[in-house]
Amino acid sequence: MTPEDIDSICKHPDFKQLVRRKQRLNWSLTLAMLVIYYGFVLLVAFSPSTLGQSLSGGVTTVGMLVGVLVVLVSFGLTGIYVYRANNVLDPLNDKVRQECAK
Amino acid sequence: MNWTAISMFLLFVVFTLGITRWAAQRTRSASDFYTAGGGLTGFQNGLAIAGDMISAASFLGISAMMFLNGYDGLLYALGVLAGWPIILFLIAERLRNLGKYTFADVVSYRLDQTPVRLTSALGTLTVALMYLVAQMVGAGKLIELLFGISYLYAVMLVGVLMVFYVTFGGMLATTWVQIIKAVLLLSGTSFMAFMVLKHFGFSTEAMFSAATEVHAKGTAIMAPGGLLSNPIDAISLGLGMMFGTAGLPHILMRFFTVSDAKQARKSVFYATGFIGYFYLLLIMVGFGAIVMVGTDASYRDVNGAIIGGGNMIAVHLAQAVGGNLFLGFISAVAFATILAVVAGLALSGASAVSHDLYACVIRKGQATEKQEMRVSRIATLAIGVLAIILGLMFESQNIAFLSGLVLAIAASVNFPVLFLSMYWKGLTTRGAVIGSMSGLVSAIVLLVLSPAVWVNVLHNETALFPYSNPALFSMSLAFLGAWVFSVTDTSERAAQERGRYLAQFIRSMTGIGAAGASKH
Repeated sequence: MTPEDIDSICKHPDFKQLVRRKQRLNWSLTLAMLVIYYGFVLLVAFSPSTLGQSLSGGVTTVGMLVGVLVVLVSFGLTGIYVYRANNVLDPLNDKVRQECAK
Repeated sequence: MNWTAISMFLLFVVFTLGITRWAAQRTRSASDFYTAGGGLTGFQNGLAIAGDMISAASFLGISAMMFLNGYDGLLYALGVLAGWPIILFLIAERLRNLGKYTFADVVSYRLDQTPVRLTSALGTLTVALMYLVAQMVGAGKLIELLFGISYLYAVMLVGVLMVFYVTFGGMLATTWVQIIKAVLLLSGTSFMAFMVLKHFGFSTEAMFSAATEVHAKGTAIMAPGGLLSNPIDAISLGLGMMFGTAGLPHILMRFFTVSDAKQARKSVFYATGFIGYFYLLLIMVGFGAIVMVGTDASYRDVNGAIIGGGNMIAVHLAQAVGGNLFLGFISAVAFATILAVVAGLALSGASAVSHDLYACVIRKGQATEKQEMRVSRIATLAIGVLAIILGLMFESQNIAFLSGLVLAIAASVNFPVLFLSMYWKGLTTRGAVIGSMSGLVSAIVLLVLSPAVWVNVLHNETALFPYSNPALFSMSLAFLGAWVFSVTDTSERAAQERGRYLAQFIRSMTGIGAAGASKH
């Protein structure tokens, strides 16, 4: 890429939009994952008894449910990301590539 | 001698050697060797990544931890899993868009090749060799137990097969061995979990209540115990597991085996699904074993200890639910698991030597593909020999701490600099080199001073570093070192490096100019 190419891509409105959307999606999901996981870790460290409570009177605890949920939510978040990236970001990216390859 | 296990394992070996032969005919260029020509699909790569993560250590180790402590075993599983969404959101696509064969391609993209490649290669080799030794020793012990062959032969067998897969079949064979093993392990574990649930009338509540009744710790196994009672340790362990995965060279290399960023993205989605599913199955395996193995006297020796040690829990459960035939199957799969993981490690170590050190540093990019591939094969052989020697040297050493703590080292030496090179314009060569080195040195020093080594291995009274995991401190030092020595770098070279960030940013975002799949 020549300096002129770089300049024109950076000023391209579609590229700007792609960067904005991509970064918003990436960082909001990253933040969500960090909050969920470290929230869980801190709960384990500071209040294990909360996780040790019985879920509905039986032996199964709240913590067991939370553990399973962390697994499912992790997978769910990757699903959301892939869905958004395939359906929203990729078309925009293709547009940028086409217009800037000219 | 366990003949069912041995014959099933031989079947696996013959089959995978057949695949290696097939792959060898398709491995002609350097791109074929390092990245299977970049032609794998997201689904295949996802399975291979999952295969790398669900190693023998996690299958046998986590189920053993659940058997002993219940809930605490789950904490380890969650740490490894939670790293994957982060890898997807922050690393996977940019890595694919910027790199070609190794993650050093990405770090050195706009920096000075020689110093950055040297440090990245050092980081790769340290992590790969330590992990390799841990796997070799674990493998030798396990095979000795399962198959009744001596430790020496077991280690040599693993080393020789590993070198065979990698030198002849390159990444294509390594990946397919990993995929086949992942499918075998996932199906075997699914069957075990299903049989456990069937035993308890498909009620997890019945399983948990039976487990708490017979376990010495009673209902305490259903809640976090003492494992992470110290918040600093808990966060440090969490950071190490989460970002350590993102610093493992053999995992990062897998992102170059797919055709583009879209496939890289899909591979993480599938990988996260498979890894998560596997860990959920392990809950059944671990808690089921508390009842089905723990209460059965035939799995205990005269002193009441589990035959073969705690790590054999999953293997005993296989016999309890599926008889000797299934026991043979799971033993063979455990062996296959080790083989597949060490092959990936050897390949990543060899690529650091041949691509980063030989082709880029020594020959300054002037080496032909033929020369580069020859060096990579020699490097694989050397790594194989070294792994066997180290495996024999450390036979009677307590190195259980190694495999877990490799993650802490990877999180400190590779991840911070890789992340900064992609996200921070200000990173310079000086910052990258000092950042990596301070991460590596501090992680190793803190490890040596920690209770696991200073007290348990070196037999000192008290640990000089009170926490069992160094990642929180060593990662911070790596980031700090990279930052301080970048912002104070006023050289002409540093200014040029910052100036090249914009072009790198555009490529990492859009994939314009990214290396594609080779056509044939």
